[in-house]
Amino acid sequence: MRFALAAALVLTLSAAPAAAESWTGPERALIASLSLDKLGPVPPDPSNRVADDPRAAALGKALFFDQRLSGDGTISCASCHKPEQGFQDGLELGHAAGMTNRRTMPIEGTGRLPWLFWDGRADSLWAQALGPLESKVEHDGTRTRYAHEISSHHRAAYEALFGPLPRLDHLPRDAGPLGRQAERRAWEAMAPADRAAVDRVFANIGKALAAFQRTLDPAPGRFDRYAAALGAGKPAKGILTAEEEAGLKLFIGKGQCVNCHNGPLLTDGHFHNTGVPPVSNLPPDRGRADGVRHVLADPFNCLGPHSDAKPEECAELRFAVTEGPELLRAFKPPGLRGVAGREPYMHAGQIPTLAKVLDHYNRAPPAPEGHSELKPLGLSPAELAQLEAFLRTLDPEAPRKQAAEAAR
Amino acid sequence: MAGFVRSPSFAADARRAIFQVWITASDLSMTRLPIFRRIALAVGLCLGLAACHPHGSHGSSAAARPQASDIAAPKATDRGLYRVEVQPEGGAAPVGPMHRWTVRVATADGKPVPDAARIAVDGGMPEHGHGLPTKPRVTQALGDGRFLVEGMKFNMPGWWTLSLSVDAAPGADSVTFNLVL
Repeated sequence: MRFALAAALVLTLSAAPAAAESWTGPERALIASLSLDKLGPVPPDPSNRVADDPRAAALGKALFFDQRLSGDGTISCASCHKPEQGFQDGLELGHAAGMTNRRTMPIEGTGRLPWLFWDGRADSLWAQALGPLESKVEHDGTRTRYAHEISSHHRAAYEALFGPLPRLDHLPRDAGPLGRQAERRAWEAMAPADRAAVDRVFANIGKALAAFQRTLDPAPGRFDRYAAALGAGKPAKGILTAEEEAGLKLFIGKGQCVNCHNGPLLTDGHFHNTGVPPVSNLPPDRGRADGVRHVLADPFNCLGPHSDAKPEECAELRFAVTEGPELLRAFKPPGLRGVAGREPYMHAGQIPTLAKVLDHYNRAPPAPEGHSELKPLGLSPAELAQLEAFLRTLDPEAPRKQAAEAAR
Repeated sequence: MAGFVRSPSFAADARRAIFQVWITASDLSMTRLPIFRRIALAVGLCLGLAACHPHGSHGSSAAARPQASDIAAPKATDRGLYRVEVQPEGGAAPVGPMHRWTVRVATADGKPVPDAARIAVDGGMPEHGHGLPTKPRVTQALGDGRFLVEGMKFNMPGWWTLSLSVDAAPGADSVTFNLVL
């Protein structure tokens, strides 16, 4: 009986909300490390020599919103990466020329990540940008079409950055190695030098788009004010409610969220199998296990002919884990900034609400394929509510300035 | 590659199994113990768990998480054939960015191993049962028993192990360092 009472007391104490002054030294340091003011400049991308050229960012911005960069002239990057929605679309699966198999990812902060896409099948923002352009269910256009569009509508800005465009007037309107049969045949019929010249223009489109996207960082939330104050030893009291503070304690502690959602972007940028259920009408999705094969074979990767990097600068590719059971159905954790406004969740929008995501992590169901890294957390309903309250403090405090600017 | 992934997770599975057997044994014996012994055991168990999981996480591994990193001083390899010294670039291993390490290997009698010594790098998180997020390797012999390891990355805070296997004239041997990040 006395033991039961003591145990109850211990449980009560441990569930009490944390006060700002009760953080231990290591906890303070960990919380401060999550603050957006720790972000620093976007790391250089040696594979893209125009990555930090403002003229490239300006061209990239124009291309990002240009619907002519699509098969039917109605789809731009912004069709799914909507600036006013944190550069995503709020849908379970991306929907452009057709329906994709994955959830549209938010793009703020992605210039800081080593791997792009849910499965990391691109190793730079510029290589990533090329994927949707040729996907039949996204932009559904071809390489020669994009080169022609640049020639017709963006020639001056392009040539100022990349030099003279190649001669294109003798090339088919629609030809590309990943197109429909007629488009592939047209591509094969082109002279190798013409194909290489068009590939170069195509890669440069990606590099300009990347330069623009590198300027997009998430906006700070209330949590960032709290974390910055804590890190600077200034008063943090009152910035978060007791419930939100308790949620933060769970985030970095018992909830183990910080294992994968760490750093100022709240993602480790790597790949984890968290037992997310499959979607019945979609083909099997092996996540990183297939993503790593794609990126190694991608002609637009850091080691490819269109990269501006020296081979030794392609560290992520050179030291990538390329096989092993850990890669199976492992997906990249998206950053959590603005997460509460980004329903539905997971790589195919499988989980509709934040509360249900937390329930998933709390239950830790076995993986449908491979092994889930999760183990049941044993969080009470009150603790789950605290965690959710904390996650809402990651919402941007001010209206999205960058997004408003980006949207013309 | 297999060694990268399998050894930590197999080890973690084994530890988990041992832990579960131990818990079961404790549960059974509890019923026959006097009340104060039961309390003492429960408190001891709680303390033990807290030591393993300072963030209060669930018990999944009985492996003792070290209090701190042990990379500051040289270590002898398991069979005592070598002394190995490691140093992350910049002095401290960061969480997040890819970085380099230097490794210095000497034989037991203090002679630097030759450049041709084969050194393999492995590691992971024993509490999570996964390996390193990258495949680091020695990319350069720096002379005087020193080697450059590139591709090191620790993508989350917590307890990491870093194992170095050395193969030179005295034979094959390995050593494991702990990092608490």
